[in-house]
Amino acid sequence: MSVSARPLPVTHTDDETDLASLKVVPSRHPWRWVGVAVVLVLLAQFLHGLATNPGWDWPVFSQYFTADSILRAVGVTIQLTFHGTVLGFALGVVLALMRLSKSPFLQVVSWTYVWAFRSIPLIVQLLFWFNIAYLYQRFDFGVPFGPSFFSFDTKDLIGPMSAAVLGLALHQAAYAAEIVRSGIISVDHGQLEAAAALGIPRLRQFRRIVLPQAMRSILPNAANEVISLFKGTSVVSVMAIGELFYQAQVIYGRNARVVALLMVATVWYIAMTTLLSLVQYYLERHYAKGALRNLPPTPLQRVRAQVAVLRAKAGANR
Amino acid sequence: MSPAMVDLRGIHKSFGTLEVLKGVTLKVESGEVVVVLGPSGSGKSTLLRTINHLEKVDQGYVSIDGDLLGYRRVGDRLHELKEREILKQRTHIGFVFQNFNLFPHLTALENVAEAPLSAQRRSRKEVHADAVRLLARVGLSDKENAYPRQLSGGQQQRVAIARALALDPKLLLFDEPTSALDPELVGEVLDVIKDLARTGTTMIVVTHEIGFAREVADRVVFMDGGVVVEQGTPAEVLDRPHHPRTQAFLSKVL
Repeated sequence: MSVSARPLPVTHTDDETDLASLKVVPSRHPWRWVGVAVVLVLLAQFLHGLATNPGWDWPVFSQYFTADSILRAVGVTIQLTFHGTVLGFALGVVLALMRLSKSPFLQVVSWTYVWAFRSIPLIVQLLFWFNIAYLYQRFDFGVPFGPSFFSFDTKDLIGPMSAAVLGLALHQAAYAAEIVRSGIISVDHGQLEAAAALGIPRLRQFRRIVLPQAMRSILPNAANEVISLFKGTSVVSVMAIGELFYQAQVIYGRNARVVALLMVATVWYIAMTTLLSLVQYYLERHYAKGALRNLPPTPLQRVRAQVAVLRAKAGANR
Repeated sequence: MSPAMVDLRGIHKSFGTLEVLKGVTLKVESGEVVVVLGPSGSGKSTLLRTINHLEKVDQGYVSIDGDLLGYRRVGDRLHELKEREILKQRTHIGFVFQNFNLFPHLTALENVAEAPLSAQRRSRKEVHADAVRLLARVGLSDKENAYPRQLSGGQQQRVAIARALALDPKLLLFDEPTSALDPELVGEVLDVIKDLARTGTTMIVVTHEIGFAREVADRVVFMDGGVVVEQGTPAEVLDRPHHPRTQAFLSKVL
């Protein structure tokens, strides 16, 4: 049997062995193993240091890690992050749509907002909101420059916590607007044409066609923003709000165990960020639907498959 | 003679300084299949896009079944319609794109059901049942739950045709529906379009498939340089073209 027009370069031998019956040797990667060994040694050294260096002060760490005051502070940090994210991204979506609208008026308003809030450092803005009652003692609702119908004391309307949420959300909105806008303009123009040709109403076009596709490029950036906001809430400590970092400072101000309490805060920050990263992974997977022919297995699914293979092998050997 | 279903009068359209349509007048009767031929850049795709107002015309007007597209006439003035009203007008016109433009994050069934669901005239169950029927009609009964990227080009274009049919349009527009397809996939798409032509659907097809024009068209329109150069039955235009530009074009493609 000969079909090949030209002889194969390597395997052209006189014996007629069927290549399919030969054993395949997978390619080896020795340097990977060297790398793994180096990293393991470094990791072992680091962990050894953590365990044996008394400077880390682990007894104090474990005393405070789940202390009530710290848990409450974690709660405040989560609350600030949640409200900052939800309000920030809600406003951000509106700003992005305004910027992309056909109305020059809305475009200018949106552009100006983003310009203003990206220009002011977050900490400066927070201090402004914190001291708003000094600038404007009362809020009056009524005819501009005319009589007022009802009014509030600014102090009652904007406490420290709402000042913090306001500052974080307004700051976040400027960045969220740009992230959402970048996602929207990354969607192929043909998608909008197709939706327009089908007469799908504008709002539904955005919700059903554009946003789900934009999410693929919005999500990684948005997750970055949420995580950085989460840690950025520590800035709020300048307003004496009992969030995680502020609480840690208060405690080490009392007992002078600086390292231990900074570690308490650090480990909480790491734990929460890990959780957010996991959420990000599964959200991204959700929005990858249809963008890839077939979704790759999750790390968990991969481990399960490996275990199943090993089990099958063990079963066969027995 | 009954008034034409599609009435294009003196359509002009420029992109910047480039005048793409230089006064096109065209009428299409109900149930008629019109195939538009012409060299690249002759303005045939642009003409098609003005019919459902994807391109706004600079001069002239488009009316479908007596309804002016994109404008409302009050006395001797034309008032520009709001986008919402234009979107509503478009639901009577099906459009099939050269690049399919299927929604990649929706399954074939969801693609077909999207527009009828957004019109909210019927229940989700009815719409889905209809979508299933439409997919069967284009020969894709087994692909309801496939995402566009899991389908071949020919299958994607057939989903796009089913999607365009979902609102039961009066008029179907095809913009070079087979130009993005591998040669062996062209036939399956053309077969679907031929079937539709036989059921009496009014359609305007921009294409390079001369054989298809000969077989299906009631009328062939030849465009060049932004104007209609010649039109008539396939036999007249394709076999005995009068105009030298038509003759030159056909001698190149046949």
